[in-house]
Amino acid sequence: MTVALETKGLVKRFGGFTATDDVSFRLEQGARHALIGPNGAGKTTFINLLTGVLTPSGGQIFLEGADITRLRPEQRVRRGLARTFQINQLFPAMTPLETLALAVSERMGGGRDWWRVIGSKRGASDEVVEMAQRFRLTDVLDERTSHLPYGKQRLLEIAVAFACRPRVLLLDEPAAGVPEAERHELLAAVAALPRDVSVLLIEHDMDLVFSFADRISVLVNGAVFTEGSVDEVSTDPRVRAVYLGEKVDE
Amino acid sequence: MQNVADHVATTLRRRGRWSAAEVIFWLVAAAPLFLLPERHLLLNEIAIVGLFALSLDLILGYAGIVSLGHAAFFGVGAYVAGLLAKNGIGDPVLGLAAAAFAATGLGFITSFLVLRGADLANLMVTLGVALVLGEIANRMAWLTGGADGLQGVSINPIFGIFEFDIFGTTAYAYSLIVTFILFVIARRIVVSPFGLSLRSIRDNSLRARAIGIPVNARLVAVYTLSAAYAGVAGALLAQTTQFVSLDVFAFHRSADVLLVLVIGGVGYLYGGLIGAVVFKILQDVLSAWTPQYWQFWIGLVLVILVLSGRERLADRGRALWASILGRSTAPVTQPTAVEES
Repeated sequence: MTVALETKGLVKRFGGFTATDDVSFRLEQGARHALIGPNGAGKTTFINLLTGVLTPSGGQIFLEGADITRLRPEQRVRRGLARTFQINQLFPAMTPLETLALAVSERMGGGRDWWRVIGSKRGASDEVVEMAQRFRLTDVLDERTSHLPYGKQRLLEIAVAFACRPRVLLLDEPAAGVPEAERHELLAAVAALPRDVSVLLIEHDMDLVFSFADRISVLVNGAVFTEGSVDEVSTDPRVRAVYLGEKVDE
Repeated sequence: MQNVADHVATTLRRRGRWSAAEVIFWLVAAAPLFLLPERHLLLNEIAIVGLFALSLDLILGYAGIVSLGHAAFFGVGAYVAGLLAKNGIGDPVLGLAAAAFAATGLGFITSFLVLRGADLANLMVTLGVALVLGEIANRMAWLTGGADGLQGVSINPIFGIFEFDIFGTTAYAYSLIVTFILFVIARRIVVSPFGLSLRSIRDNSLRARAIGIPVNARLVAVYTLSAAYAGVAGALLAQTTQFVSLDVFAFHRSADVLLVLVIGGVGYLYGGLIGAVVFKILQDVLSAWTPQYWQFWIGLVLVILVLSGRERLADRGRALWASILGRSTAPVTQPTAVEES
């Protein structure tokens, strides 16, 4: 298997505090890889480094072999690295239809197109329909995003990232805060993501991790504590001690 | 699901379509050319303020950039058009183009200042730019006439045919047509992918970046465009009044245009135009009625407007209108309140 996303010796320091400590990480092509770790382990910092929100203090990031360490966030997206956020980052005043149309037309390079009405390219509106159906948003397309049920907002959060046609998709706690009744729909949409997209899942919910991932990395104090298959990690007594044990105690 | 596909395609395309209310708006704007010959000077001013407010709406309503110094571009446009005419290049359309060009350049350069800061910083930076330009114009009295204003501006007939008259009829027709043309372009822009990307940046720039939108480049583009519009508005004022004074850079000009948007609402393009009509007519009526205290009454109206909420007043107005007509006249796009973003 080829490597979709790789970091080499990635370091991020905030003053004297090392939030990301020499992380060398590989996300294989088509992988379903979970990144877990206790609170404050540096998961969010790591994601922000990958997506370009933060600049690393040292080390390199490669997307499908190309060095993207110095690229701006939007350039990384256009290279095929998209993400969702732990806390919804949507456009509250826009409808899901507008949101998806925007993401699709941006990807098609239409953002510099200021003369045509959005969606007047047939391909663009077809793709919006495809996204809406895949993420079960067809019945809420014209509602204001801020008025959507939380589960639908979470779906839109993934849909808008997926509309960028990523090669690598980073899912930051996709099911966080979703009420039980809406959970099934969301998990089904996550499970149905096409295999040619490599997925890195950052998650607290162990049920979701074990059902979705085929590999797990454990991050502790900013460094990779261990990595392995689901079976290896879930039976590793050290992991149970630092992470799973803590979860039980909560 | 074919019906979903149809729905998506038509909903997206409908955004660009003109509604009957809009056509009526522009017909009503043109009607006074024939119906109200004695009011053309005021109407000309309204059209110019409307265009100026439209230019501010592009950055405030669509991209969420606040400015207290938009008069910088208005003033540069006015002086460029005025100076050209004073120095023998009196063709109005050429003057407009030159003013737009100069304001575009200034807008592009200063856009990098407003990218850096948050709202409060932007208020200060834009205010500062306008003050500095006003002072430069004051000091360069050999060129601008300083505090006496730019005398001896003479504008040729438009296309060599339509001469500017003392009643302001040509002036109003000219300003209205220029405003209309620029409005049509702006209207087209705001429903384009570019326009939607601006709204997305205003709503959530973090997510806008995360779907691959180069946020800074887009803000530079719209700020520059807005500056060009303001420059044209300034040039219209210089050409139709055949005079330019330091007043074009004045703080109250930047503040007034913000008030116009507060009255009319931001983010649907008509806010600036409607606000300009209301503001200028109020100003005209009140200053005729009580020349000393008209600012008090304008202030009172604004306070009432803000306290009671323009949205609510507009909704009530619409409901009344609908009951008169016996059917609902749905607006093209929902006006978005300033407070919302």
